[in-house]
Amino acid sequence: MCAMEPTEAQLVEMFRRMVRIREFDERAGLLLERAIVPGAVHLYVGEEAVAVGVCAQLNDDDYITSTHRGHGHLIAKGGDLGKMFAEIYGKATGYCHGKGGSMHMADQSLGILGANGIVGAGGPIAAGAGYTCKFRKQGQVTVCFFGDGAAAEGSMHEAGNLAAVLNLPVIFVCENNLYGEFAHVDEHHAISDIADMATGWGMAGAVVDGMDVLAVFEAAGEAIARARRGEGPTLLECKTYRFYDHLGRDYGLTKRPEDEIAHWKARDPIARLGTALAERSLISAADQDRIVEETRAEIEAAIAFAQESPEPAPSALLEDVYVPEPAGTTNG
Amino acid sequence: MPEKLFSQGIVEAQAHEMRTDPTIFVAGEDIELGGVFATAKGLREEFGSRVFNTPIAEAAMTGLAIGAAATGMRPIVEIMFMDFMTVAMDQVVNQMAKMRYMFGGETRLPLVLITHAGAGHQNAAQHSQSLEAWFCHVPGLKVVWPSDPYDGKGLMIAAIRDDNPVIYITNKLALGTRADVPDDAYTVPIGKAAVKREGEDVTVVAVGAMVPEAIKAADAVAERGLSVEVVDPRTLSPLDTDTIVRSVRKTGRAIVAHEAVQFCGYGAEVAAQIAQHAFDALDAPVLRVGAPFSPVPFNPNLEKAWLPGAEEIIASIEQLIPTGARA
Repeated sequence: MCAMEPTEAQLVEMFRRMVRIREFDERAGLLLERAIVPGAVHLYVGEEAVAVGVCAQLNDDDYITSTHRGHGHLIAKGGDLGKMFAEIYGKATGYCHGKGGSMHMADQSLGILGANGIVGAGGPIAAGAGYTCKFRKQGQVTVCFFGDGAAAEGSMHEAGNLAAVLNLPVIFVCENNLYGEFAHVDEHHAISDIADMATGWGMAGAVVDGMDVLAVFEAAGEAIARARRGEGPTLLECKTYRFYDHLGRDYGLTKRPEDEIAHWKARDPIARLGTALAERSLISAADQDRIVEETRAEIEAAIAFAQESPEPAPSALLEDVYVPEPAGTTNG
Repeated sequence: MPEKLFSQGIVEAQAHEMRTDPTIFVAGEDIELGGVFATAKGLREEFGSRVFNTPIAEAAMTGLAIGAAATGMRPIVEIMFMDFMTVAMDQVVNQMAKMRYMFGGETRLPLVLITHAGAGHQNAAQHSQSLEAWFCHVPGLKVVWPSDPYDGKGLMIAAIRDDNPVIYITNKLALGTRADVPDDAYTVPIGKAAVKREGEDVTVVAVGAMVPEAIKAADAVAERGLSVEVVDPRTLSPLDTDTIVRSVRKTGRAIVAHEAVQFCGYGAEVAAQIAQHAFDALDAPVLRVGAPFSPVPFNPNLEKAWLPGAEEIIASIEQLIPTGARA
């Protein structure tokens, strides 16, 4: 799956997955606002083209590391919506049996090594998974999703350097959504393109329009193909935008400029692909609406599953700290 | 049984496991040369690219182990000085220790981080610390600290075979000591303490470098007719509380000795476990031997004054059983 031109089936599937992410996180944001789900939820709305364009080039046995804003990565790589919502609800049927929550979901069977509550922590782990890919010599790759904020963390620079030194098949995908938590990227970085860090890491780097899934698909395809051929890591910086706040839809701490929000919403990646698909007579506007409706039904079913699912048993508290649990001897 | 260097036993343990399991690799700073403490000596020659140098980047090296372990490898990564673990703390504490639990039991991280602790070689404050208590405080990690070459080899094999992340600590100065070590592969079970010397009057629970010091102290007070039992936890987490409690119930007195700074050190936990499980058997308060509350000084005389050892253990024994008194 490394052709630079997506097939018709891939185009349709990419549209579906972007819609799935959008609808999932719109609902997750509402559930958080209404205090129906506990904890914190970081919404991927607006950034869908990045996860979907990259993951459309991956196989199930390729690996990804994700971030605190990770729902989009999971869904793009094929994550189960019911298990995801159940986890956000903290239920026993969730991806982590209710012990991880929104920020800590993983699915080993899909190569999703885990979302992460620590900014920049996925870089070193991705390098490790990349080492496994290199060791196996089966053309597998690892994608490390990280944000513009994480690009200021030392761990990312250690990981980038290590991946280049060891020539690992890792693609570092920076989702530059213009904000690290609540502060503008200009306050975090003295350079304007994070892709320039690739020079210091000793690897290829490129700036990509992160609101255009086809551009992401193409750039990721080239980088992944290189990695599969044993030609080492790449840094892709996808310029994108977070339609909502750092946390939830509106955390209320600060406001971003209205004209900035309007500028980026005018480049909505789903509408953009939708227009292209209609122009190419691949999916009509009416069929696109139908896909949205189908997705909403899928989301409602996933939420119903989460709501009906049981709470974790009290005994789960001390389960899965170790493998297997030490017999008799526990610290307590 | 052939006599071998402590470090050689650790090399043999890794080599033995690597011969049968191709997923094991050894990485670290200058590890191709055998590592600065020779615990990987000769492995590059036998195993080629499975033993490789990394940049000086402890967070990335630790993440390398985590990501590789999560995807099916069994990495052994050396963090040269235990002081350098501080640079990798997020990867160790927030990632390695928690991934299994917070991802719902799906993830397995069969990896070993080997690191070298202890003062006494005039390397001052940033190359001499014993930080074991930090890691024992984190659920999800196993922490082992062998005190002699036999346990060194057996615990390394056990650590490699364990499906959990194991922090394997050595005392740098002990790596140059020799003892009988079998040629074959054997394990010392993780989670089992050892009674290194049997005695009747007082129990000394000693960690790492303090085990041989406790035995020296036991020899010294034996001339007074005192009989000291030395218990080496070997695995600091999960702790074999039973063996310690059994010993204290027999002797009625306990001292906990480690090289690390005493305040909030590992000894505090052991003392609390003894108080909780053997209070009725105690004839005296539990005493602790540990370093004073300062960084490790460079000057050799100051460093000597900082380092706890047999002398301090003897003083604690004297405090519990004053000369003239009988046990």
